[in-house]
Amino acid sequence: MNNLADNQTRPKSSAMSLKFKNLFKNPEMFTLIGFIILMAIMSFGSDQFLTASNLTNVLRQVSIVGILAVGMTFVILIGGIDLSVGSVMALTGTMMAGMMINFSLPPILAILIGIAIGVLIGYITGSLVAYARIPAIIVTLAMMEIARGAGLLYTGGYPLSGLPGNFSVIGRGYVFGIIPVPVLIMAVVFLIAYIILNHLPFGRYIYAIGGNEEAVRLSGVKVKKYKIMVYVISGITASISGMILVSRLMSGQPNAGEGYELSAIAAVVLGGTSIAGGRGHIGGTLLGALLMGVLSNGLNLMGVSSYVQMVLTGIIIIGAIYFSSKKTVD
Amino acid sequence: MSETILEVKNIRKEFPGVVALNDVSFKIKRGEVHALVGENGAGKSTLMKLLSGVYTPTSGEIIYEGKKVEFNDPKDAQLKGISIIHQEFSLIPHLNGIENIFLGRELKKWSTVLDKRLMKSKAIDLLDQLNAKIDPTHLVSRLSVANQQFIEIAKAISIETKVLIFDEPTASLTGKDIDKLFELIARLKAQGVTVIYISHHLDEISQICDSLTCLRDGEWIDTKKVSEVTKQDIIKMMVGREVINAFPEKLKVQNSEENWLLNVKKLSNNHIKNISFHLNKGEILGIAGVVGAGRTETVRALIGADPTKEKEVYINDKRVSINSPTQALEHGISLIPESRKTQGLVLGMTVAKNITLPNLKVLQSKMRLIDRKKELVIVNNSIKDLRIKTPSANQQVKFLSGGNQQKVVLAKWLNTDCKVLIFDEPTRGIDIGAKEEIYKIMRDLTKKGISIIMISSELPEILGMSDRVLVMYKGEIKAELAGEEATQEKVMYYATGGVDNE
Repeated sequence: MNNLADNQTRPKSSAMSLKFKNLFKNPEMFTLIGFIILMAIMSFGSDQFLTASNLTNVLRQVSIVGILAVGMTFVILIGGIDLSVGSVMALTGTMMAGMMINFSLPPILAILIGIAIGVLIGYITGSLVAYARIPAIIVTLAMMEIARGAGLLYTGGYPLSGLPGNFSVIGRGYVFGIIPVPVLIMAVVFLIAYIILNHLPFGRYIYAIGGNEEAVRLSGVKVKKYKIMVYVISGITASISGMILVSRLMSGQPNAGEGYELSAIAAVVLGGTSIAGGRGHIGGTLLGALLMGVLSNGLNLMGVSSYVQMVLTGIIIIGAIYFSSKKTVD
Repeated sequence: MSETILEVKNIRKEFPGVVALNDVSFKIKRGEVHALVGENGAGKSTLMKLLSGVYTPTSGEIIYEGKKVEFNDPKDAQLKGISIIHQEFSLIPHLNGIENIFLGRELKKWSTVLDKRLMKSKAIDLLDQLNAKIDPTHLVSRLSVANQQFIEIAKAISIETKVLIFDEPTASLTGKDIDKLFELIARLKAQGVTVIYISHHLDEISQICDSLTCLRDGEWIDTKKVSEVTKQDIIKMMVGREVINAFPEKLKVQNSEENWLLNVKKLSNNHIKNISFHLNKGEILGIAGVVGAGRTETVRALIGADPTKEKEVYINDKRVSINSPTQALEHGISLIPESRKTQGLVLGMTVAKNITLPNLKVLQSKMRLIDRKKELVIVNNSIKDLRIKTPSANQQVKFLSGGNQQKVVLAKWLNTDCKVLIFDEPTRGIDIGAKEEIYKIMRDLTKKGISIIMISSELPEILGMSDRVLVMYKGEIKAELAGEEATQEKVMYYATGGVDNE
């Protein structure tokens, strides 16, 4: 008797709990919930937080790390890592500044040269990873040093100033008077990344390589080529961030962006992308970046010291990963 | 002491979207060798994982030594006396035999320092007890598969084990090693250990098992004494129908130079020496040999997956250069690899995404985006044609059974337009029903003019499917046998190092 009743009720309840469980299988859900809770706390903590001007401000602050995190998402999805993005950002930024200041090149040309350098660095990194089979963490650690050193060499260690006034539009300007230009650029970068990852064969290959590289290779896919392309993309996003930063500061700072690679990795991981590769979503990365931005902005408004903020950020990263990994194991 | 050592009662296990086991109940007697049979996906492995503490049941009870038990994890089950020898061993390759045997339960002096001498002598004792002549100080990665299995068994019996589960233990072993394993199982039985033995090989079951339990589609079918059933009975229990003829009829294939599709000359690298052979249009060419004879190495070298020292490949009499799997695919040559999990599939991706992986270019719209609708049509056709059992095209491949995973790998390549398909152990670890289906698919492909190279360690399969057979030994082709010439005895003779006396 007991058994029979049990059998009848089981399918229904298990289907419902299954649906519920599946919802929570998405690590991004945790980021989203965390984000909402954080927004709520911040709006209670400070009445300036939930204002249009402050939220726009948050978005603008997030844009540089957000764009870096897009490239980082690609790299982490294939099971790699790119520690060089902060340095590459500084190098390409100072190169852009140098081109405009020392050679009086028009901004658009200077920007293209900067991005070309980002592409070149990504290409070298990718080739060393794909062909020489040196672990990504080593190659990009070395590239971090090389790019940083190159930037310092180029500027002699001093910031470059005297940029043409109209260049500031990129970092400080607004579209339609309300949307900051960096936010618009970030949106475009995320949109392109979304299309690549979800609708192009290249994106499919990225997930597949992160899942099982040998199976993809035996499927006739040019794995090495796509690996290199992924590092090139990371180089491009780093140089776009470099461009925004230089325009924002109106000077080429060879020391800029130290530690940004770690913020970018944190955003990606907070967004639910598996550090082992193969799983994750670009939307999660956006959430991860926003979460970190809201955190630091809200705490600033509440007058919490930046030292405390760093400790809190660390705790939140560990906490988020702990909970999401706990709930996503099957 | 009661006669029953282990009993499962109304066991049910669910995974997302799948019921792996439903209301399974049966008893295992103390000291017997109990076979567990069933097609792939029948729920055998899931059941064993429940018994060894890897999974916990959704509902139902496990009664062990007369008491209801719940295992928290595999270690808990081990300490209570139930160990499992997995199909894929759980040894650590960079540690030696001793370190592996005592991993997690190291013996210590003064409870701090490792007592290496004691562990070594105990390891040697254990291996002696198994009658295995292995030096336990060697790194595990340098031992043969068979010897690795012995280390694994030694590890299991180093704790007091009452029930030892073998999951497809002979899958990666060859003749002599299998005999050794059977001797060992007999010895364990004599010592009073209860053995649960999972296998697809019915010969093995009648050879060493006392009773058997059959599962089908997650349900218990029957538990019988082995002496009371015939092989036909077992097959009937497994598939629910009679098996009449496993191999589809062969076609007449012309073996002459005009009909050559592929001609390979002087293929050489570190593993193989001067391999030359040809492949006719619409032919199935079998490559036989023992494990390690260089069969997989040959085909990997052919498609450019591994580097070669020398290599000449002609397709339709035209010299082509194939230096990567990509180029092989461009020339219409595809390899369906030996190991589905490590080489054939991206386990975390969906059925659909795996199937279209080699063929995404065809699915691109004008905007170069992937046409999802077209993709779904192709994938659903494959699922229907190959009868892949999956809740949907969007199920992750890792949740499918072995036979269905293999069909997904097949579907990958059937959707590309290839002329030469290379199958490396196409039916390894697959049940009889799925085997027959795969044989039929292969034969149908040759009717469409596709040529097949098939590597297999199963003699009946080699002889039943191949139009010609190449026999390899130690990296060389030792014989080419066609038609009547190809007999079990001849193939075995050359495969084990026999030479021509002509």
